[in-house]
Amino acid sequence: MSDFWIIVFAISVMLGAVGGAAVTTWFERRLLGLWQDRYGPNRLGPFGIGQVAADMIKLLTKHDWVPPFADKWVFIFAPTAIVVAMLLGFAVVPFGPGLQIIDLNIGLLFFLGMTSLAVYSVLLGGLASNNKYALLGGLRSAAQMVSYEVFMGLSLMGVVMLSGSFSMADIVESQRDGWYCFSQFLGLFVFVIAAIAESHRLPFDLPEAEHELTAGFHTEYSGMKFAMFMLGEYLGLILISCMITTLFFGGWLAPFSLTFIPAIIWFSLKTFLVICFFILLRCAIPRPRYDQLMSLGWKIMLPITLINLVITGAVALWIAGA
Amino acid sequence: MRDLVESLVSQLRTIWTILLHSFTKAETVQYPEEKPYLAPRYRGRIVLTQDPDGDERCVACNLCAAACPPDCISLQQGTREEDGRWYPEFFRINFSRCIMCGLCEEACPTNAFQLIPDFEMCEYERENMIYEKEHLMIDGPGKYHDYNFYRVAGMEIEGKKKGQAENEAEPIDIRSLLP
Repeated sequence: MSDFWIIVFAISVMLGAVGGAAVTTWFERRLLGLWQDRYGPNRLGPFGIGQVAADMIKLLTKHDWVPPFADKWVFIFAPTAIVVAMLLGFAVVPFGPGLQIIDLNIGLLFFLGMTSLAVYSVLLGGLASNNKYALLGGLRSAAQMVSYEVFMGLSLMGVVMLSGSFSMADIVESQRDGWYCFSQFLGLFVFVIAAIAESHRLPFDLPEAEHELTAGFHTEYSGMKFAMFMLGEYLGLILISCMITTLFFGGWLAPFSLTFIPAIIWFSLKTFLVICFFILLRCAIPRPRYDQLMSLGWKIMLPITLINLVITGAVALWIAGA
Repeated sequence: MRDLVESLVSQLRTIWTILLHSFTKAETVQYPEEKPYLAPRYRGRIVLTQDPDGDERCVACNLCAAACPPDCISLQQGTREEDGRWYPEFFRINFSRCIMCGLCEEACPTNAFQLIPDFEMCEYERENMIYEKEHLMIDGPGKYHDYNFYRVAGMEIEGKKKGQAENEAEPIDIRSLLP
């Protein structure tokens, strides 16, 4: 692609991601409603989709308040960091053959780096608010990041071993003879759990935890700054779903050689299903206690990841030697 | 290890159960379009009823105002010149305070006070939630069709002497020695 078209594509990806995140807020509420035997927002527009616009107007017209006791500049910076980091993460997502803003040879590392940067936003938001609830939320987020970041990266190393590359396009290409969700089942299992923890979604939304910490790290936020946190969270959800699709479900590759349907449609469909699965998890599973989260991470998830890593390495070497 | 497997299976079963809820019907009642069923004895808006003869039942005894937990009832007793019946000179219920507990209905000795199955009282101004006697009074006996307080009570009014009420004996003549 020429420079001009790359810029056009990058802008359309950004708008698509932000728009998708906005629609996901509504879609999630409808889906939660379906699974909780109620309707969800269904009044405004067809199927209630006007709720997105209504929420946006509400958030835009709210008083954009900075508490006098807060650390002003950090307080303002925190919500932008999460959105910027998550949007940058979309740069390496292969939406189709050649449909990628930049095919970095360390694309996977770039993605991991960007999602880790997003955690700073939560941390700084919690610190700058100068509020006990927010501080506790930030603290939990830090502990969660330390424990889950470790095996989030490690769980993907199996994929890297099998494909022999960190580049997203190569990883997708290497899944032509079999998606990694089968051979890397343990990796997928661990990555899904780590990804939920990383994007602070239920059941691992301990930094937010409405029932214990009012709103956790964004207790003091209102208006557009709050909306930025929400946008970041939903961008994170979409980004993580895109990544799971790319790394484990063959990305834009068509299953059963159904290649007459365009690759981008396959990619969107798979991502959509993964998003639905995340919403289902949110709907079904209660939030674990703080220490349970930690012990799950270090005592179960890390050993599983290491076992997976060793077995994958052994099998990869055996295949290479044979 | 066994605990681990059991808890994992439990989580997966939870997810499956929730997924099956895709096929169950929503419990929601879409309120303004779809009205919920209200039982005939539902406690909602308060009305003042009338005798079968078309005279107001309320005798302004103030028991309802005394029973009312949020003190939303206010009335003034008056005596009618022509027949000696008691009646409320004004009767005022502040529905923005009313909790629809129905204690006033239970306290009412004349069955004048009744709660009806209607809760849809919405106003843009708070003052409009204050109902006066003319707003509360309905043209009918409500739940008790034949009841007429003055026909069963011993009180003397125009056209009904002492002892003429239903099931009431003649008053004892205290100046007579006859049994």
